[in-house]
Amino acid sequence: MASPNRMHQISAGPTYIQLESKMMQKSKRNVLAALMIAAGVVLCSAGAQAADKLVLGFAQVGAESEWRTANTESVKSSAKEAGVELKFSDAQQKQENQIKAIRSYIAQKVDVIAFSPVVESGWEPVLREAKAAKIPVILTDRAVKVSDDSLYTSFIGSDFLEEGRRGGRWLADHYKGVTGPIAIAELQGTVGSAPAIDRHNGLIEVIKSDDRFKIIASQSGDFTRAGGKQVMEAFLKSHAKEINVVYAHNDDMAIGAIQAIEEAGLKPGKDIIVVSFDATKGGFQAMMAGKMNVSVECSPLLGPQLMETAKLVAAGKPVPKRIVTKETVYPMETAAAAFPSRKY
Amino acid sequence: MNQTSNTGGMRARGAALARHPLFLPLLALVALLLLNRAFNPHFFQIVNQDGHWFGSLIDILNRASPLALVALGMTPVIATRGVDVSVGAVVAISAATAAVLIGGQMHIVNGVETYASNVPMSVAILAALGVGLLCGLWNGTLVAWVGMQPIIATLILMVAGRGIAQLLTAGQIVTIYYQPYFYLGAGYLFGLPFAVYLVAAVLGLLWWLMKHTALGLFITAIGINPVASGFAGIKARTITLCVYAFCGLSAGLAGLLISSNVKSADGNNAGLLMELDAILAVTLGGTSLGGGHFSLIGTLIGALIIQTLTYTTYSIGVPPEANLVVKAIVVFVVCVTQSDVVKKLVIRERMTLEGGR
Repeated sequence: MASPNRMHQISAGPTYIQLESKMMQKSKRNVLAALMIAAGVVLCSAGAQAADKLVLGFAQVGAESEWRTANTESVKSSAKEAGVELKFSDAQQKQENQIKAIRSYIAQKVDVIAFSPVVESGWEPVLREAKAAKIPVILTDRAVKVSDDSLYTSFIGSDFLEEGRRGGRWLADHYKGVTGPIAIAELQGTVGSAPAIDRHNGLIEVIKSDDRFKIIASQSGDFTRAGGKQVMEAFLKSHAKEINVVYAHNDDMAIGAIQAIEEAGLKPGKDIIVVSFDATKGGFQAMMAGKMNVSVECSPLLGPQLMETAKLVAAGKPVPKRIVTKETVYPMETAAAAFPSRKY
Repeated sequence: MNQTSNTGGMRARGAALARHPLFLPLLALVALLLLNRAFNPHFFQIVNQDGHWFGSLIDILNRASPLALVALGMTPVIATRGVDVSVGAVVAISAATAAVLIGGQMHIVNGVETYASNVPMSVAILAALGVGLLCGLWNGTLVAWVGMQPIIATLILMVAGRGIAQLLTAGQIVTIYYQPYFYLGAGYLFGLPFAVYLVAAVLGLLWWLMKHTALGLFITAIGINPVASGFAGIKARTITLCVYAFCGLSAGLAGLLISSNVKSADGNNAGLLMELDAILAVTLGGTSLGGGHFSLIGTLIGALIIQTLTYTTYSIGVPPEANLVVKAIVVFVVCVTQSDVVKKLVIRERMTLEGGR
């Protein structure tokens, strides 16, 4: 019984080798054919660069806010315009999903990887994998903490610390000549995320020298409306009638907080000053209704800059390590005038 | 003589009370509420404002409503020795369905904001509930007729459901602008949040079905031994299907409340991890995951404990980084004190104490 089996195994050896060599020949032929077709395309399109489309793998955080949705939209549409083949993934706000997506881009050998890190830390191993595979990485919108800066090529995005300072300066300006104390309730973003850390630090930087301001409550609303509303409801009860200012790390949480303030029978924008970030459509609507006092812009429209940088990186040209997006501050008085030109 | 027998009787009554299955969950809830009171003197204060009651306790009731609905639907499922891990996803699907159907646009006509819904609100609500029921029937069919293990059968919808919700909303957060819809999750009836009445209605319906029909008996029989219950003439399959269908329906109702309360539907985050909170609420309430025994009131208390805990971390100023750890510790303590091993230990301790006297 055993011998025929062994016979079969022995005879199988050469067959595999033959098969393999046949496949190799076939694949060589395929490569040749592909090269010829590619050459033909290049010739036909008379120098158009479409022959070798740049492949960009983009690992998005999720769709947690209107801001993020606008960001996704900007990346997708500018990729189409720039003729970049975009591989897009949505990590649903989980770092493990993002790491998985980046690994799959490395396996697919894309030309450039871009991603918005959901949190600052824990990226070192996967970035090393990308570096080992010689795939350049561009960070968008949020930074990472790594010991070795060469692990990423460039970081395109807002300066959250500066945004925080702007929010703080607006407050200092708004309360000019007013004697304190001014109690601030802070709605933080996702714990550990760069905007949450920097918008908090930016505010602290401005108000620490001014002892009228005091943060009396601070809690994470996870950048969502439901989170902002629930936290604000609790704040309004535990610090009844004390809160002067809500400092929300994004518009969605501010909108949630505004609902909670209204349900408590207070007037947001008047009884409680609402300072927010991002300047999304929802934020603008709240400002036009007089319920939000200021929204510090944080532009999600960084798709065009990303495509431009990706092309330069892929072509081996030098790019700046830090590219800051252009942004401004929108107090509610300017909201109505600026609203029609807003894209997100 | 008379006095001693009296105190003895009282002690016995006290011991019986302490042994009541709902004693520990209630104790945990009261302890949490008192902890809040210690940090915030106005905690128990409820004032009438604009014709409705307003205060921390009302907030907790209102916020706990969606979770209570989901957990009440989950209770009979767990009593049949099953589980439904898809409820969070069903919440997201139902919220997305309602939001997309109602949607509504804001038109600014001469500076006045006016709102219109895409389809009549009743149609949207029925559709969302229908979708929830459909999800429940799907789970029930997989469990009762296909014979899959409940956790696997419902895992399918848990994973796929969030995808369906995102497809419905096209990956966006759909904002609802149609005012009357907000009544469901944020409106008040006779001074109390409308959502509380919905929970009471569902609880009442379940209570009646379980106590005044044989359904409660059938469900526990299936949970104790599905095969034997079949031999005893119980239509185990039909009842199992109905139990899952009801669970889907109540998750659908919870989805309506959530989307109405925050005036938007978020396919990614609505009802995220709610299945775990619901299972936790059911277990905190003293229902065993082994099936065959359940307590509806216990589930309600469990849901209130979870919401109070969340509220506590916000109001006493637990740093955001430490929130989940604090929650885990409280849940751990409540669960451990409810375990049979600890209960036996306590009883033995008491017996040796009384014996030594």
